Amino acid sequence: MRKYSSHLLYGSFCLLILIAVQENFLNAYLQLIIMFMGVNIILSTSLNLVNGYMGEFSVGHAGFMAVGAYVTSVLNVWLFTSDRVFGPAVLPAGSVIYLFPVTLLMGGIVAALVGLLVAIPSFKTRGDYLAIITLAVNYIVKSAIENIQVIGGARGFMGMRNIVSSMHEVVNVPWVMIWIFAGTGFSVWLIHRFVTSTYGKGIVAVRDDEIAANIMGVNTRRMKMVAFMLSSGLAGIAGGLFAHILGYINPGSFTIMKSTEVMVMVYLGGMGSLSGSVLSAVGFTIILELFRPLQVIKWVAIPLLLILLMLFRPEGLLGHRELTDVFPRLRRIFVPQGKRA
Amino acid sequence: MAILEVRNLTHFFGGLRAVFKFDLALQEGEVLGLIGPNGAGKTTVFNLVSGFYHPTEGDICFRGNEIVRLRPHEVTALGMARTFQNIRLWNTLTVFENLCISQHSKLGYGILGTIFRSRGFRTSERCIRKTAEEILDILSLRHYANEYPKNLPYGLQRRIEIGRALAMRPHLLMLDEPAAGMNPGEVDQLIELITWIRDKFQLTIWLIEHHMRVVMNICERIVVLDFGETIAQGTPEEIRQDPRVIQAYLGDADSIDA
Repeated sequence: MRKYSSHLLYGSFCLLILIAVQENFLNAYLQLIIMFMGVNIILSTSLNLVNGYMGEFSVGHAGFMAVGAYVTSVLNVWLFTSDRVFGPAVLPAGSVIYLFPVTLLMGGIVAALVGLLVAIPSFKTRGDYLAIITLAVNYIVKSAIENIQVIGGARGFMGMRNIVSSMHEVVNVPWVMIWIFAGTGFSVWLIHRFVTSTYGKGIVAVRDDEIAANIMGVNTRRMKMVAFMLSSGLAGIAGGLFAHILGYINPGSFTIMKSTEVMVMVYLGGMGSLSGSVLSAVGFTIILELFRPLQVIKWVAIPLLLILLMLFRPEGLLGHRELTDVFPRLRRIFVPQGKRA
Repeated sequence: MAILEVRNLTHFFGGLRAVFKFDLALQEGEVLGLIGPNGAGKTTVFNLVSGFYHPTEGDICFRGNEIVRLRPHEVTALGMARTFQNIRLWNTLTVFENLCISQHSKLGYGILGTIFRSRGFRTSERCIRKTAEEILDILSLRHYANEYPKNLPYGLQRRIEIGRALAMRPHLLMLDEPAAGMNPGEVDQLIELITWIRDKFQLTIWLIEHHMRVVMNICERIVVLDFGETIAQGTPEEIRQDPRVIQAYLGDADSIDA
């Protein structure tokens, strides 16, 4: 029972929100915030895998997000709608409701492959190289998209609204939110499984002492690649979901600013803490909205918050710990018996 | 039968000759000591054998496999484990996790197994936990299973590091200065532990040590290294008498007079 308590809790929470949306208890603005929370959770947990658990420093997460966003969007528009550039629909529009996860996954896979391309040269050595390379990749991806006119270039890419509305035509439920809940759950579940296995803990050993890890039998290069691909793939999925929230994307959404935002979430929540990343993604999304009336001053207040955090709690909200370590009582609900060692 | 054969091992760091024409045949079940003054190249030999450096020249044959071009984790998978001169435990992982992760080369499942919790994953994880628990009991570390190594006393950390190496069930255990920084009481315990481990696990042990009490007590054979070259080898008794060894450690009689 305890084994599934977190699944059950998450499932019922999602159901509750979906019912509330369906019955019009939540206005469009609140819905939007909830959806952004989901995307931010995927982004922060996946970046935490590299920056927190593995102790490397990747600063171009938005680049992978952009790859996923464009791949999923282009696939969807090409396959399911009649478009000026891509011609008539290849598949019936209605089939999008069950093929959407496939295109989403494709976006993730392509993003993971781009991640692999980045990982091969940068993981030969350790240190600042990854930061520089990911920074460069972020810019390359953005500039590349800006210069590919078929997908709209700097003007951006749209048409995903039609996808969403053809989903609604089949069954009228809040589809995008459903997919975001599914994606968020999937992402957290995946990372949790990874970091709790002996296999995945290999990356923590790499962070603590890479030489020792390699000599004690961890295939460090392979582990770093796997973790990095997992991280960038999930960022791609987050991008695909993000593209369908507003139905419009442009390269400007995937700049270094966005990457920084994700990094702030990771450091706010605490390195190497999955629950910390989830909490901080939720909290950060709310703070961004609360500070919206401040307009430009927002970008003074939020960095200031970060500085204060670094001064008074440099390890983040939950550094290297999980919520169950901070509140041991939660263990009774979430940790299966016999797994407390 | 020789478990490890090193032939003509030579290594340069730029222009510095760290190891020169080092030969060794390590017999199964033997306890061999590698000694020599500071900077003689002892740890370099260990690093070459464990695959961390690739030698400029020479062959290393471990249990019938040529290992010179292999990467460290591949050498480890063949059954070689080691400890480090300056303790290198993973400090943000618990003692228990340290013992588990060192079995990484025996996992037998990959990323897909991890995600889908396949049968292979479950058997392997069970086996890993069992081995780690056995090691905890054998080395009486059970009490510290959920502690972080950095919070534990030095002697205990050494024991955990040996435990981490033993958890991978090696054929050859290489100890790099296991007694460094230990007090006399801890050294006695260590001597007892190493002898006991050898008998219990039927291991071949190769150790670097400065502490003469450790070396003279447990080593059956000793190799002395100076400036990267073997200057003597033999039983502890022979080594103690060897004039070249005394010279290497104490300097020339002439230079002392001067």
